[in-house]
Amino acid sequence: MAHIELKNIKKSFGLVDVIKGVDLEIYSGEFMVFVGPSGCGKSTLLRLMAGLEDITSGEMTFDGTMVNALAPSKRGIAMVFQSYALYPHMTVYENMAFGMQLAKSDKDAIKKRVEKAAELLQISQYLGRLPKQLSGGQRQRVAIGRAIVRDPKVFLFDEPLSNLDAALRVATRLEIAKLHHAMNSATMVYVTHDQVEAMTLADRICVLRDGLIEQVGTPLELYENPQSLFVAGFIGSPKMNFLNGEIASKFGANTIGIRSEHIEITDRDGAWKGKVVHSENLGSDSYTYVDIGAGEPVIVREEGTSRHSPNDVISIAPIPTKIHRFDEAGKPLKH
Amino acid sequence: MTVEATAGAVSRTQPKIANELLKSRVGAAMWFLLPMLIALAIVAGWPLLRTIYFSFTNTSLSSLYTGEWIGFKNYLNWTTLKSGRTVFSGLLVDPAWWNAVWNTVRFAVVSVSLETVIGMIVALVLNAEFKGRGIVRAAILIPWAIPTIVSAKMWSWMLNDQFGILNDLFLRLGLISHKVAWTASADTAMTAVLIVDIWKTTPFMALLILAGLQMVPKDVYEAAKIDGVHPVKVFFKVTLPLVRPAVMVAVIFRLLDAMRIFDLIYVLTPNSASTKTMSVISRENLFDFDKFAYGSAQSTLLFLIIAVMTALYIWLGKVRFDGGDR
Repeated sequence: MAHIELKNIKKSFGLVDVIKGVDLEIYSGEFMVFVGPSGCGKSTLLRLMAGLEDITSGEMTFDGTMVNALAPSKRGIAMVFQSYALYPHMTVYENMAFGMQLAKSDKDAIKKRVEKAAELLQISQYLGRLPKQLSGGQRQRVAIGRAIVRDPKVFLFDEPLSNLDAALRVATRLEIAKLHHAMNSATMVYVTHDQVEAMTLADRICVLRDGLIEQVGTPLELYENPQSLFVAGFIGSPKMNFLNGEIASKFGANTIGIRSEHIEITDRDGAWKGKVVHSENLGSDSYTYVDIGAGEPVIVREEGTSRHSPNDVISIAPIPTKIHRFDEAGKPLKH
Repeated sequence: MTVEATAGAVSRTQPKIANELLKSRVGAAMWFLLPMLIALAIVAGWPLLRTIYFSFTNTSLSSLYTGEWIGFKNYLNWTTLKSGRTVFSGLLVDPAWWNAVWNTVRFAVVSVSLETVIGMIVALVLNAEFKGRGIVRAAILIPWAIPTIVSAKMWSWMLNDQFGILNDLFLRLGLISHKVAWTASADTAMTAVLIVDIWKTTPFMALLILAGLQMVPKDVYEAAKIDGVHPVKVFFKVTLPLVRPAVMVAVIFRLLDAMRIFDLIYVLTPNSASTKTMSVISRENLFDFDKFAYGSAQSTLLFLIIAVMTALYIWLGKVRFDGGDR
C-alpha cells in the first residue's frame, strides 16, 4: 500500500530536459500505466520513482513521506526490468532469495516466501536452474517472482513485455493482470509504449508526451473523451481517423476525429463518398480503407468480412454524436 | 536462446543430411587451418622436437650434428666410486637448476597475483565513467607497449645504485638511510624485477579484465541497487563471479608468460643467482657454457613444467575459453 504523489517533478540530463514538470497522484492499490511514444520520458519517470535516477527538482512522496533522497532499497519498491536483469550466475531460487538473504532473514522464511511466489507464477520446477536455461517468458516470470518476494508496497514495471514474442506477451500480460488482482493492496506502476497493454491492464492511464503529462484517466475516459488530438491519435487501434479542411469546417472545427467503428457504410447517400483502397479481413471484423479525397484514406470497421473490393465506390456516414472536434491547438471543442 | 536451441536440434537429429553438412564443414575448417598448422609445425613443432632430441645426446655447440645418444644421462646419471659411494649428477639433482625453478615459480606466482589484484583495481576504475576516460585508457597501456628491453634498460638506470632516481628520491624522502644497490644486491634483486614486471604487465591484465567487466550487463547492478546490496558485496557476489571467466583466462596468459620470463631478467639483473630463472639458466648452458645438450634438457623440462602447470590450472580452475558462464 502506498499513495504516491509527484509534485512538479523535473529531470534533466545535462542540458537536456527530459521531464519538464509532472504533477501526478497515484492512489494506493492502483494499477497506473505510463504510456507514450519513445523518448517521452515515461521510463525516466519510473526510474525517478525507483530511485535509480536523481530528481532534479520537485517533490516525490510515498504515503506522505518525501523520498527524493531515499535509496532505492529503502523505498519499499520492487522493479521488473525489460531485460529481466537476473543475476546470470545464480539459480532461479538464489535470484529470488538474494535480497532477503542479504537482509539476513530467517532461512525458512525465505524458503517459504520464494516457494510461494514460484507457485503463484508456476515456476516451481525451475528453481534449481540458471537463467540461461530458461526461455524469455520464464525469465521474465522469475524477475516478477523476485519482485514479489520483496513484498513491496509498490511494483514498478519497465516495459516488461517488450522482449517477448507476441503470444508470450499476451500470456504474460494476463499473468500480470492476475498478479494485480491477487495482490490488490500493492500499488503498481507500469511503463509501456504499447497502448493495447495500457488499455488492457490499467486502472488509470497516464499519457506522456515530450516530458509532460498529456492526459490522465481510466482507459475508457481516454478512449471516449481524449483531451487532445495527440491522445485521440495515440489511444485506440486502428488509429482514429482525422479529417481537416473543408470536411472539418462543416462541423465547425479545425480537425475532426472519428473512430473506425463509428462510421457506417450505407446504401443511402451518406455524408462522404469514396473509392475503396483496400480491405483487411480479420475474420471477426474487417477494416476498409476508403479514399474520400481527404489525403489519408478513412478506415471503416465492419462486423464480419467485408464485401467491398478495391475501386468500389461506396457511401459512408459517421455517427454524429461520436465525432470528436478539435481546434487549431489540438484541444477538444465542446459540443 | 535461439542459438542453443538450434544447436540442440542439430545434435539431436542426426540423419544423413546433418552428417554431410558436418563433413563439409569439417573439410572446410581443415583447409583454413592447414596454413597455420604448417607454420606452427615449422616454427614451433620442429624446434621443440629437436630440443627434446638434443637433450638425450651429448651434443655441444661445436658438434651440433655429431652428438651421440646417451639416454637420460643429462637428466640423471650416477657413478659408483671405488669407495662404494654413489655420486649422482645430472639436471634432476642440480641445485642451480632447482634454484632457477624456485625463482621462476616464486616470480610467476607473486607477479601474477599482484598484477591480477592491481589490474582488477585499474580495470574497475577504467570501467567507471569519468571525463577523459579515453585518454586514461590509452595512457595506461604505455608501459605495456614499450619493448621489454627498453623498459628494462630504463628501469635499470632508474634503479642504479649511484645515479638512479629512485635512490635519490627515497633518500630525500627519508625512506632509506643509504643508497641501495637494487639490482645487484641478492636481497633486493627479485623485488626489483617484480616491480618492473608488475609495472609493465598490469596494463595488459587490466585491459583483459576491463573487457570482462564491460560484458557485465548494467541492469544487473540496478537490480542489486533495488535489492539494497552493499557496493562491496556487489563486487564479491555479482561482479567477481561474472568476470571470473575473463580473469581466469587473463591469469593463464600471464602465467605462461611469467614462467618463461627471460628478457627482463637478462637485462636487469644478469648473473644474479637470486633472480636466475629457468629460461635464463638454460640459455646460459646452451650458449655461454657450451653445454648444449644439458641446456636442451633444461629447456625440455621447462616445457614440461609449464605444460603440467597449465593443464592443472585449466582443470582445477575449470577455465573455459569461450567467454564464460553466460
